[in-house]
Amino acid sequence: MTSRTSAIHILYFANFREVLGQAEENLPATHNTVSELLTTLAARGEPWKVALFDNENLQIAVNHDIASRETPLKAGDEVAFFPPVTGG
Amino acid sequence: MASFNRETLCIKIQTEDFDLTTEISALRQDHKNIGAVVSFVGTVRDMNEGDEVSVLELEHYAGMTEKSLEKIRLEAHQRWSLEASMIIHRVGKLLPSDQIVLVAVASQHRENAFHAAHFIMDYLKTNAPFWKKETLPNGDVRWVDSRVSDQEAAQRWAV
Repeated sequence: MTSRTSAIHILYFANFREVLGQAEENLPATHNTVSELLTTLAARGEPWKVALFDNENLQIAVNHDIASRETPLKAGDEVAFFPPVTGG
Repeated sequence: MASFNRETLCIKIQTEDFDLTTEISALRQDHKNIGAVVSFVGTVRDMNEGDEVSVLELEHYAGMTEKSLEKIRLEAHQRWSLEASMIIHRVGKLLPSDQIVLVAVASQHRENAFHAAHFIMDYLKTNAPFWKKETLPNGDVRWVDSRVSDQEAAQRWAV
């Protein structure tokens, strides 16, 4: 069992949530960067690889700030993956 | 000045509709040096990509949305001399002609308010975590794609 404070909390929005079939999850904080986390997620198979890892338009936020694949991660961080925004 | 009440007045994410006159009055309250108020109201179109749209649903990333809108608002205050500003964005299910978004900016002179309102809307379009999903009359549901023209509009303001 992974408690929230020792884990990385991950959120998926909009069509990512639908394609991946989940809105959120916790993963162990063994990933040092967003890129490492994406590698783990891509290993789950096609929808994960296509929607996230291979997606040039992938938008990333760490702790509510826009981030990139190089952004470092630590326990307790909240990472969100989403498509380009369409508000307004 | 930056009391808790005023801060919460500046950014609102809500399912309910808003009344422009009420919001502008609140924005102008206690600011006797305001000489210009510019407001922008975005509304739901009944057409998109050549198809009729019957329902528009807005999703957002609670927490990040407020933070990103506040960042955009404060950047506008840094770039132009403004007295007050506010952003209201609705979420949930909306129908054609419904109001979606309000940006209102008040300044001593009109030029600053015009520029700042334009800037806030352009940045909101490309930086705030909202996503639109539309339902067509035949029941088809699709996520709205982001537009290159919105990216270009935001890039105009790059410093």
